[in-house]
Amino acid sequence: MRSVESVIAARKAAGGGALVGYLPAGFPDLRTSIEAAVALAENGVDVIELGLPYSDPVMDGPVIQAATLTALTAGFRIHHAFEAVAEITSRVDTPVLLMTYWNPVLQFGVDRFADELLAAGGSGLITPDLIPDEAHDWLAASERTGLDRVFLAAPSSTDARLSQAIEKSRGFVYAVSTMGITGARSDVDTAAKALVARLRTAGATSACVGLGISSADQVREVLQYADGAIVGSALVKALADGGVTAVASAASELATGSTLS
Amino acid sequence: MALRDQSGPYFGEYGGRFVPESLIAALDELDEAYKAAKVDPVFQAELAHLHSTYTGRPSIITEVPRFAEHAGGARIILKREDLNHTGSHKINNVLGQALLARRLGKTRLIAETGAGQHGVATATAAALFGMECVVYMGEVDTERQALNVARMRLLGAEVIPVTAGSRTLKDAINEALRDWVANVENSHYLLGTVAGPHPFPVMVRDFHKIIGEEARQQVLDLVGRLPDAVTACVGGGSNAIGIFHAFLDDPSVALYGYEAAGEGAETPRHAATMTKGRPGVLHGARSYLLQDDDGQTVESHSISAGLDYPGVGPEHAWLADIGRASYLPVTDDEAMSALRLLSRTEGIIPAIESAHALAGTITLGKQLGPESIILVNLSGRGDKDMETAGRYFDILDAGAEQS
Ligand SMILES: Cc1ncc(COP(=O)(O)O)c(C=O)c1O
Repeated sequence: MRSVESVIAARKAAGGGALVGYLPAGFPDLRTSIEAAVALAENGVDVIELGLPYSDPVMDGPVIQAATLTALTAGFRIHHAFEAVAEITSRVDTPVLLMTYWNPVLQFGVDRFADELLAAGGSGLITPDLIPDEAHDWLAASERTGLDRVFLAAPSSTDARLSQAIEKSRGFVYAVSTMGITGARSDVDTAAKALVARLRTAGATSACVGLGISSADQVREVLQYADGAIVGSALVKALADGGVTAVASAASELATGSTLS
Repeated sequence: MALRDQSGPYFGEYGGRFVPESLIAALDELDEAYKAAKVDPVFQAELAHLHSTYTGRPSIITEVPRFAEHAGGARIILKREDLNHTGSHKINNVLGQALLARRLGKTRLIAETGAGQHGVATATAAALFGMECVVYMGEVDTERQALNVARMRLLGAEVIPVTAGSRTLKDAINEALRDWVANVENSHYLLGTVAGPHPFPVMVRDFHKIIGEEARQQVLDLVGRLPDAVTACVGGGSNAIGIFHAFLDDPSVALYGYEAAGEGAETPRHAATMTKGRPGVLHGARSYLLQDDDGQTVESHSISAGLDYPGVGPEHAWLADIGRASYLPVTDDEAMSALRLLSRTEGIIPAIESAHALAGTITLGKQLGPESIILVNLSGRGDKDMETAGRYFDILDAGAEQS
């Protein structure tokens, strides 16, 4: 399995950047979510961000809220996420990060969660509501297992906090493009560019921009200054509206923005 | 360290900040502004002036002997937060935070509300200070507290019914947090209870501790000694910590919090967080929480919208763990019968939330006996609950809807 960081670095070296694609596990059902994630990998997505459905997703907008609620209502359990990661990583060579709010990990047991994710072939965690300051147990578990840990950096973060996010992250730093939550926006905030510049000054070598990116043009624009572009709601919407075929073509369209033109 | 001196961000293993990075700067800004205001005599004088000329503080205490006859003959004294402007304790915290928001140059207040009391108080402060106000309220709650929705709108606030998740208070908090993340530049999130990320649990407690400080002295003046027990209902826990705080270091005073057991703590339909929950993270803090094996929040149920919350403030979790306070469940039926009892024996109609404290106190009084003195926080008045009570007791005339 190639590491997230090396995949991103390779895409950058080739003159483009990485396309990171988000889909929730278990939406619209577990089988389809696995097929959809595989379709992402086969259509130009470089890193898969698999969401773990949670009852109180404060970082997510209406599209992802609706999708994860569907998954939960249909009976999604944490072990389904590990099953999905295992099957995806057995079928494609694309690294898979789990995006999860903190309480499910806490209740499962931080060490046990890390062990199961590692056994399933997962690369690590993106933790939207866990700041490094509160992450002692996860820092230890990820050190022990070698799993990646992606923390967030925001336009409002102080320089000291940006440095901390860079120092504690492994894989990449998730640069929040705008002061907001997930959901497609017509223009990605100029704040993203300024934030990545500040992250660079603070020494970041792997920074991906997320929140609000929904078109190949936006991917291309972001990759002029960032190492990766993260797309979520646009892919979830394609899956909701047109199934695996639609998410595959949405991914391949987005991927035109991540290659050197 | 005295128990009263806890200042966060942790209470034992509870509290902290489990929020998106985007909010950290705003929380730090708030924390600093609050710390400065706390020791600033100008700020304290402004708040005290508002309380004496607007809130109606100090609120009185009322001894209720006819009610007490049904509680083992213990002497029962009510702290009358129901007499505050807007009808509950919520205004204490709202005026404090609104003053802080103004200091921070924020022009827009965001609030969540369950019963609507906190939303009404926030809309009131926004009107008073000339600020914009947006209140998130679960759709289920907008229906059962329709009167408060109208009050908020009349006060100029925008009320947004939340249709996500369980459509109650927890979902309203999620929506308020999302709004805050997106509008943190000009907006203050005026959280209405002692939950949430630091500094909210400490700051909201400090704005409410005036309840216990006043009541402690008032009880001393009335009966010449401290009460044997202090009781309050617990939703998120703000009125409870407000009255408990002054007594935390009085070891002779027992502290009881009553949480909503809905149809029974043994049924799936309750909001008895401490009785039935276990530690976890929700809405930015680690505390007790109603959740399933996977850490998914479980929907709570209570006849009282203000107690219908699957979490509880971190300081309460800590007080429970160290054994300083006890938290017991009270069912819908027990609360409603206490509501009727206080109405009929004393001419005081309590909020359904507060009726949980009264119901718990009836049982406690019987245990403690006639020599005992119990101070109860009557956190709010029942006007907002007449629709629910009318239906519960079947005392609405058919077809007598107001036109
Ligand atoms: C009158 C009254 N009491 C109590 C509560 C519960 O909140 P807390 O536990 O924060 O005091 C509410 C909440 O809406 C309320 O309106």
